[in-house]
Amino acid sequence: MLSIKNLHVSVGDKPILKGINLEINAGEIHAIMGPNGSGKSTLSHILSGKSGYTVTEGSVTYQGKELLEMPPEIRAREGVFLAFQYPVEIPGVSNIYLLKAALNSIRKHHGQSEVDAMDFLTLVKGKVRLLEMDEKFLYRAVNEGFSGGEKKRNEILQMAILEPKLCILDETDSGLDIDALKIVSEGVNSLRSTDRAFVMVTHYQRLLDYIKPDYVHVLANGQIVKSGGAELALELEEKGYSWLEDNQVAA
Amino acid sequence: MTTANASRYPAEYSNSVPLLCGQSLSWLKQQRTNALLQFSEQGFPALHEEEWRYTNVSAIEKKLFSPKVNKTTGFVDVEWLKSYQLEDAWSVVLVDGHFSAELSSLEGLPNDVLVKGMADALEEIPEVLERFINQAVSVDEHSFIAFNTAWFTDGLFVHLSNKQVLERPIQVLHIATQQDVLSATRTVIILDKLTEASIIETYVGYDNAYLSSAVTEVFVGKNADLTLYKMQCESEKAYHFGGVYVKQDCHARFRHHNFAFGALLARSDIHTDLDHASECELNGLYLGVKRQHIDNHTRINHTKSHGISRELYKGVLDGRARGVFQGRVIVAKDAQKTDSQMNNRNLLLSNEAEADSKPQLEIYADDVKCGHGVTVGQLDEKSIFYLQSRCVDEETARNILTFAFANEMVDKVRIKVLHEMILDQALLRFPQEGVNKEWL
Repeated sequence: MLSIKNLHVSVGDKPILKGINLEINAGEIHAIMGPNGSGKSTLSHILSGKSGYTVTEGSVTYQGKELLEMPPEIRAREGVFLAFQYPVEIPGVSNIYLLKAALNSIRKHHGQSEVDAMDFLTLVKGKVRLLEMDEKFLYRAVNEGFSGGEKKRNEILQMAILEPKLCILDETDSGLDIDALKIVSEGVNSLRSTDRAFVMVTHYQRLLDYIKPDYVHVLANGQIVKSGGAELALELEEKGYSWLEDNQVAA
Repeated sequence: MTTANASRYPAEYSNSVPLLCGQSLSWLKQQRTNALLQFSEQGFPALHEEEWRYTNVSAIEKKLFSPKVNKTTGFVDVEWLKSYQLEDAWSVVLVDGHFSAELSSLEGLPNDVLVKGMADALEEIPEVLERFINQAVSVDEHSFIAFNTAWFTDGLFVHLSNKQVLERPIQVLHIATQQDVLSATRTVIILDKLTEASIIETYVGYDNAYLSSAVTEVFVGKNADLTLYKMQCESEKAYHFGGVYVKQDCHARFRHHNFAFGALLARSDIHTDLDHASECELNGLYLGVKRQHIDNHTRINHTKSHGISRELYKGVLDGRARGVFQGRVIVAKDAQKTDSQMNNRNLLLSNEAEADSKPQLEIYADDVKCGHGVTVGQLDEKSIFYLQSRCVDEETARNILTFAFANEMVDKVRIKVLHEMILDQALLRFPQEGVNKEWL
């Protein structure tokens, strides 16, 4: 589904990612872990199309297409979804408006007609229940005045409705208390399927207690320094990141 | 007396004066004479006057707009008029500065509500008008008030009494149909104690250059409640000078919603004096495109204790448009426990658009809660990216965010048909590709 080859990315003159290689197949869950400043967020931003980054080398193909050449909205319509670390507040635009605009953009992109109003409401309300949210949220402005947990839940709600192929979760666990973490995780788990892949960017292991990854990659100084199975996350929890960073320096 | 500001208008209008309404009333004649004298000396406001420093009105002096003194109404395109007339409202139409009984529909108005053309009211109940004309505003305010006092041709008189709670709104449609016409009107609105009403002042015109001078004096009695809307959608060649001057009695509530969308050059003054425990809410939305200049000037005068005022004006400026906001809040020495908040936010959509904002707080009491804030900015890039990441293309994202910014003010309109009309008028003025009104 996603193939990242020798990806080098800079901000200004400063190299952030220094040769990332990663293969992600449908049905897989990959966790990208690493200390602050390792380039984790840059990786999720570059995949979703945020401006301000320069790709100096390498390529990213998504479902056989050059991902980096697509504008952000085309990536989103093709099924790439970024759950933001810091979801943006948009006063004056209701959640339901955004959901409808997004869903219809995807349908139009695939040559389908606009979603029927009743079907849409049924779909949305079902997902709202799944995430144990109040229906009133739908009519409030996007993220405006939401608590940290509500914002993250809202990201997962959007994901559940838009049914993307590649879900990138950027520090989704940050700012969540344990109850919210469980609800968000259940929402994510309910979306697991053989034709969908997840990339979870996280600093801590705790999210991985609830969403079990197939692969764990450790990012340090802009490179993947170690890859392994779910057990690697537990090892990191125990030992911290420094032994890997030290290894890298030694190498 | 000749000064640098001397205007040629007094001489040009001298023949019209005897034909103006209320000339048989000595008190009014005296007021008009004084006003004329004052205007002759001062001319139109000049840039060196602090409250006019951002707004240059010299174009009016270069042109010559003429009042229509005879009452006969020219051709009015009824279909066009209908497109601005609200369903479920009593409708008053003024054409080129004259009340039109034919075009107005006031059937079924309750007995405790009196609605009359100003010229008629001056004939029938002059003793009432004498107590109210130029009582909420003074000709010393600025020379447009003197100008309007000297030459208003007609206008409207509205009086609610006997605890009347008016269930349908009254819409006052000012229409300008002729090239170079001056439409000068004076409106007096009186709400006796415990009455309630919603009144909508609408200003529209044919695609001509013309001048609207509309002064509205409002008296909100004890515990009375008035919501006044102003929808200014004048022609894009027109000049609009409107003022709403309000006196609130104790515990009176006044809400004003000012939608300034039209005209080449528009200036609105909204002034209100609050008594003990009265409340006011001033909302404004100005949308400027092309070379429009839109000036809004507000003054909230807390004269007694426990008053509450809330003010939010938002501006969206594109092209080479210029928006001006001057908001003054005055808290008198006796106005302890005043609670006042004033905000002005501007969104600039082009590099050539300009917003001038000047909030002023003058506080003479020591136990008050007053705040103010101003922002001038562009669309937030983070928000644009967020929408893009949710499948929305950049242009649509910009349009949605622009509209969302303005829509906060439109959403405050509680009358459904008016909400719809203002929404349409707002959408007309900005690129709406991708903005779906039905989903809002």
